[in-house]
Amino acid sequence: MTDDAPALSLRDVRFRWRGRAPFSLQIPEVIIAQGEKVLLLGDSGSGKSTLLSLVCGTVVAESGEVRVMGTDLSDLSSGRRDGFRAEHVGVIFQQFNLLPFASVLDNILLPLRFAPNRRTRAGATRETATDLCRALSLPSAIVAARAAELSVGQQQRVAVARALIGRPPLLIADEPTSALDAGSQTAFLDLLFEQVEAHAMTLLMVSHDARLSSRFDRVLHMDEIATVERQAA
Amino acid sequence: MILRLALGSLVARVVTVGMTVLAIAMSVALFLGVEKVRTGAKDSFADTISGTDLIVGARSGSVQLLLYSVFRIGNATNNVTWQSYEEIAARPEVDWIVPISLGDSHRQFRVMGTTAAFFDRYKYRDRRSLAMQDGVVMDDLFDAVIGSDVAATLGYSVGDPIVVAHGIASFVEHKDQPFRIAGVLEKTGTPVDRTVIVSMEAIEAIHVDWRNGARTPGEPTPVERIRQMDLTPKAVTAALVGVKSPLQTFALQRAINDYGQEPLLAVLPGVALQELWSIVGVAETALLAVSAMVVITALIGLMATIFSSLNERRREMAILRAMGARPRTILSLLVCEAVLTATAGAALGLALLYGGLIIAQPMVDSAFGLWLPIEAPSTRDIGMLASVVAAGAIVSLLPAIRAYRLSLADGMMVRQ
Repeated sequence: MTDDAPALSLRDVRFRWRGRAPFSLQIPEVIIAQGEKVLLLGDSGSGKSTLLSLVCGTVVAESGEVRVMGTDLSDLSSGRRDGFRAEHVGVIFQQFNLLPFASVLDNILLPLRFAPNRRTRAGATRETATDLCRALSLPSAIVAARAAELSVGQQQRVAVARALIGRPPLLIADEPTSALDAGSQTAFLDLLFEQVEAHAMTLLMVSHDARLSSRFDRVLHMDEIATVERQAA
Repeated sequence: MILRLALGSLVARVVTVGMTVLAIAMSVALFLGVEKVRTGAKDSFADTISGTDLIVGARSGSVQLLLYSVFRIGNATNNVTWQSYEEIAARPEVDWIVPISLGDSHRQFRVMGTTAAFFDRYKYRDRRSLAMQDGVVMDDLFDAVIGSDVAATLGYSVGDPIVVAHGIASFVEHKDQPFRIAGVLEKTGTPVDRTVIVSMEAIEAIHVDWRNGARTPGEPTPVERIRQMDLTPKAVTAALVGVKSPLQTFALQRAINDYGQEPLLAVLPGVALQELWSIVGVAETALLAVSAMVVITALIGLMATIFSSLNERRREMAILRAMGARPRTILSLLVCEAVLTATAGAALGLALLYGGLIIAQPMVDSAFGLWLPIEAPSTRDIGMLASVVAAGAIVSLLPAIRAYRLSLADGMMVRQ
């Protein structure tokens, strides 16, 4: 891992899914520099999820290279990839981000359990988590609440806090606003951008909503960067 | 934290998990309860006679001698002559000797002739003595003392007349000598409860007018004349013997077994009881096997619960995976949950057992004469509880491995 390496680079990536609906994905080249905020636009079935799985290292490319902060994920064992993800990537899903039975605090601290360096960076974890909540306009008392008691908007913000804690260099957000109404979307994105900039993190956000484009440094279209082939099952 | 997550996840599914815990608890309580009854029955059985060093009877098998002399099951093949009895009684090793004469019955209950010493010498359950519920030990020739079951079944109380039949299950009754109930014994949980006890002389008196199992013709001998007669017994069925020093037990046993005048047998009650239990004990093993099956069923229930929860928990696993958890962590999370569930089940089962024991102990004692001691779990019990927890971990491996595979395939995205 080098400091001046791109946050994310994919070259000649070929991936084949052999599940019930087999398909293959090819990505010639995608490079995202550190500190960039990139929007990845694509419809469902365009291979967005697969691309995110490749970046997170839960699936491995058949050929080509997927580098996160300069490290080629295919060089790592699956266990090391899980550890690498924990250390370097913060993930925010569309919804159902939190373990409903656990407290907000436990949810926020969850990735630190698998990432010792991130834990060190997070410092006094309870205070850091509370500060993050406050920065995301959540009442600081919320850390003691059970995740299931929160509104969807609050849950999404807790998910941001969790992705931010310990400052992983890369933040991946998979349609984080689609479960929110229009008003909350803007407020949510404002908070997200504020934090990403404050922490000098790289953001890759996936969406099908082109209206968000103006807020990002760069917009990638899935159908331009990747080729998807589907075989009839 | 993994423990806290596992706990939180369990609490969130409190109803399903609670049912599983309850099923395990019930099965554990059943198993331990059966084990308790089993050891209790075995101890009660071993406690049927204590304080007696040797049982002497005509030569047969040791189990047979024990069965007819103590359990009043079956019949003696032969009697011991009064002469032999007196010779044994006179031996220097003998501290005390109590004769027993069997062969008559009252309704479905056996009649036993013995001496007043029987009430002092017969001991059961940790050297307890027989106690009178009502009345006194017989002192008249035609007095009888009855066990508590006899009194309860036939509705007898002190002062009631009682007619003794000759032979067992015979309708020929010794109508001419009406006995009177002098006392009723406390329940003991031993065959004494089902026995009518009279004096040795009374047994002789019943048979004054009988020769070779048939009534002598003519008028029955009047009671007054019987009272004048010499009623020294001609034979006894068996005798309970106490020795002066335990060291002499084997010497006396050998002497009796080698007795020249007639073939006799002396057995150590403990040894004979053990021999008998090894025959009876097959049933208890079967009972134990059945309750072990119930425990296995509950564990399969645990496995089924985990399996059925997997689908609704795929999202939870995807979150964990996204946070950097390895599939192995997910596997251990599920096993950890199963261990917690099984532990809760085992602990609750133990609590149920002791709760049940506290309630049932007096009832079981009075109804069956079975004493179930309330004491700390035995090493065997603890081993059983530990193996339930271990088995919980093992059965959870199957669904946990499936979860491992699912989370490997799903990654962070749940594919439905």
